[in-house]
Amino acid sequence: MQHNPYLYILVMAGVTYLIRVLPLTLIRKEIKNVTLRSFLFYVPYVTLAVMTFPSILSATGSVWSALLALVVGIVLAWRGGSLFQVAVSACVVVFVSELFLC
Amino acid sequence: MPQSNLTWFRNGVRDGMPIALGYLAVSFTLGIAAKNIGLTPFQAMLASLTNNASAGEFAGFTLIAAGASYWELAVMTLITNARYLLMSCSLSQKLDPETPLVHRMLIGYDVTDEIFGISIAVPDKLNPCYNYGAMAVALPGWALGTLLGAVMGNVLPVRVVSALSVGLYGMFIAIIIPPSRQNRVIGVLVALSMAASWLVSSISLLNVISPGMRIILLTVLIAGAAAVLFPVKEGEKEADRAA
Repeated sequence: MQHNPYLYILVMAGVTYLIRVLPLTLIRKEIKNVTLRSFLFYVPYVTLAVMTFPSILSATGSVWSALLALVVGIVLAWRGGSLFQVAVSACVVVFVSELFLC
Repeated sequence: MPQSNLTWFRNGVRDGMPIALGYLAVSFTLGIAAKNIGLTPFQAMLASLTNNASAGEFAGFTLIAAGASYWELAVMTLITNARYLLMSCSLSQKLDPETPLVHRMLIGYDVTDEIFGISIAVPDKLNPCYNYGAMAVALPGWALGTLLGAVMGNVLPVRVVSALSVGLYGMFIAIIIPPSRQNRVIGVLVALSMAASWLVSSISLLNVISPGMRIILLTVLIAGAAAVLFPVKEGEKEADRAA
């Protein structure tokens, strides 16, 4: 790392805080522009999906254990599993499947 | 019957406790990710204590690992945390217009998916003391989990670290899948985003694009196109709150 980690953290924290605090302090009315509002509405889903796949495949010891965790996670979340349940289940699936795979 | 500030605070602690426990487990994997890219446990904890953002921190770590410029990191943070802008807009409507600036600045420190969710669910107007109660347990939960992950990542067997590393992705799945089920546009977008991400990262000609840039470009392109093609109507805002 040639950059300063503390400056990196400061940049992240500063931007994140401004995003959160500016609407609370400045904008007291709702955003009226439908396109902008729609863009902001879709952003988290697209970003998280792009970040999840295919990166998840290289996060564990085996591509197959990760793929299995992805499928189990999707099925569980689809059936209404909570954030905590889905996250823990994905971990358990990887741990158990890698006992056989690795 | 108007509730006292203390009652609001206590209710915040009560509702924030399950959130804090979930954070403790989930941020553990964030700590491992931070350690993997070369941050010290203290830096990992500091990042969590000052950011309180799962996806934003994770994306930030990816860019830090790649030695990105401060500007790239700022843009990435802006994009991955853009949803907090929407949440804060919505939360500003929930506050009494007379709420002093200092309270607005303090609750703005910890507008997360989960705390937003419980804040917006309280009946009538929101008292900032409720958020302080939730923050009093959620902030340490998130920071301590990250610290433990960064410290224990070294001690734990490789198998366990491998298993825990997938936890954060599990959390992302838990955030994007339930709305995908309710809203067909989101469902198609999620599938399309994953396919596009896989395509861009597997085509060798496009390897000049860094992972961070890939996330930024695809997000702006796909979410932008969706905003133009499928503008969100008023009634669909509830799905966003549930996320």
